[in-house]
Amino acid sequence: MTDLAASATPAARPRRGAGRIALRWGLYLLLCLFALYYLLPLFVMVTTSLKSLDEIRSGSLVALPRDITFEAWRTAWSGACTGIQCEGLRPYFWNSVLLAVPAVLISTVVGALNGYVVAQWRFRGANIIFSLMLFGCFIPFQVVLLPMARLLGLMGIAGTIPGLIFVHVIYGIGFTTLFFRNYYVTIPSELVKAAKVDGAGFFRIFFAIFMPLSLPILVVSVIWQFTQIWNDFLFGVSFSSAGTQPVTVALNNIVNSTTGVKAYNVDMAAAIIAALPTLLVYIVAGKYFIRGLTAGSVKG
Amino acid sequence: MTKWFETHLPKMVLAPSFIAVLIFVYGFIAWTAWVSFTRSKLLPRYDLDGVIQYERLFASPRWDTAMNNLFLFGALFIGIAMVLGLALAILLDQRIRIEGAIRTIYLYPMALSMIVTGTAWKWILNPGLGIEATVRGWGFESFTFDWLVNPDFAIYTIVLAAIWQSSGFVMALFLAGLRSVDGEIIKAAQVDGIPTWRIYSAIIIPSMAPIFLSAFIVLSHLAIKSFDLVIALTGGGPGYATDLPATYMYAMAFSRGDIGQAASSAMIMMLVVFAIVVPYLYSELRAKND
Repeated sequence: MTDLAASATPAARPRRGAGRIALRWGLYLLLCLFALYYLLPLFVMVTTSLKSLDEIRSGSLVALPRDITFEAWRTAWSGACTGIQCEGLRPYFWNSVLLAVPAVLISTVVGALNGYVVAQWRFRGANIIFSLMLFGCFIPFQVVLLPMARLLGLMGIAGTIPGLIFVHVIYGIGFTTLFFRNYYVTIPSELVKAAKVDGAGFFRIFFAIFMPLSLPILVVSVIWQFTQIWNDFLFGVSFSSAGTQPVTVALNNIVNSTTGVKAYNVDMAAAIIAALPTLLVYIVAGKYFIRGLTAGSVKG
Repeated sequence: MTKWFETHLPKMVLAPSFIAVLIFVYGFIAWTAWVSFTRSKLLPRYDLDGVIQYERLFASPRWDTAMNNLFLFGALFIGIAMVLGLALAILLDQRIRIEGAIRTIYLYPMALSMIVTGTAWKWILNPGLGIEATVRGWGFESFTFDWLVNPDFAIYTIVLAAIWQSSGFVMALFLAGLRSVDGEIIKAAQVDGIPTWRIYSAIIIPSMAPIFLSAFIVLSHLAIKSFDLVIALTGGGPGYATDLPATYMYAMAFSRGDIGQAASSAMIMMLVVFAIVVPYLYSELRAKND
């Protein structure tokens, strides 16, 4: 327990004794209460998804399930109704995978090349171009919904997964460019100069020098884009049709589907299924996730 | 020829993205702006007809509710999330042993889709089976917590869920800020015997002004764009009590077939965003170029 009374960053007055220890306990209690506040919804979701409907109606929200059943999970995955269709989340989950993977890869590669140009191959106007692209990150997407719907129709990809990939790539490049630009700008420009003297070209320098250094920012960009695209609802609901909806749209349809008895356990199981991929990414690579969040917001 | 190609290669690499941004951001904004001055209904029309759409918009009680909701929701959401985030960051900054674990717990909602968050809270706040029923089950028979279905209070459920989702992120921002304050100054103040709360209020917090600004920008941006959470939690209801500009725009565009109204409401949304973001971006870019 020596550490408890020892000095903390600013609160660091090395004062020992009962008052100090009580304060520490109070602090820990407070932190745990807040942890409970953040965890409670997840706890309720998981326990509800494992209960039968009868138990939900008779029991309490916070009670543990008496008889654990995975029936709701099975229904959510392959039987719940999203309107007239009753195939569960499965097809829509795969839609989300099919659209997220290429959209993430394309926008990250384009962003890496853009960031490399803006940070290391400055030409006249490059800064203005970067500012214009950065600005695009901040627009409310409502302002492009109508013309995009028209354009996708004209291109013949309205309501298709390639159409959604296209939209996500277009509005993702601003962020990925920002990530890579801010990362590459810290690499000394002498490196490029020396490589040029040695006769290396634009792409050679990129692949031989910059790519090997890029792993951390690559991870940040992929995680950021994946979370954004997987969790997207606005583009999904605006630009998809019955068979091509992403998982978020299908989840919302299941929850708001009016046919039959309201199955809260299925709703919760479906919500967890829809959340699992991004949660998993967060748990496995939380450090990079946070770095992306702060880089996307703090550094202009 | 190859020499020319080499020198212009960087521009050629950047060009497609630049053209895409010009068309799909700036061109599309121009298209929406243009259509907002027409009498477009189900299909866009391109003959300009003055500010009729904006007149209709500002005369609409539903839009009025949506804007009022935005300011109420925005103020509460931003205010509470910042205070809570700062408080949590300060609490976590006291050499907590399990800091990593606690941080992970506080921040995980940010990884969830707003639709998931909305679904979860809709269930928890459901008067028949959620918190209300649970507390009644504990013996408090007259306990009422019907915000979700009460038109006067439903907007606060959006605030509640939005804070749950984003306050951990604000905490992470502030925690990074606290850690970047110069340790020497703090040590000096401690040596002088200045009490901890004074060190925070007089030295540390004032030095974090840029973080407050960033947090404000991000949160206001989230507030204005809030769409999924409302759809999942209340669907804009009861009635249109929890409509926000984003849900109003969507309803006009895709269910009412009133493209003129959709375009003009989108333009107003953009103006609100610009009023907040442009001064910030401008100062950021200037600071960078200096």
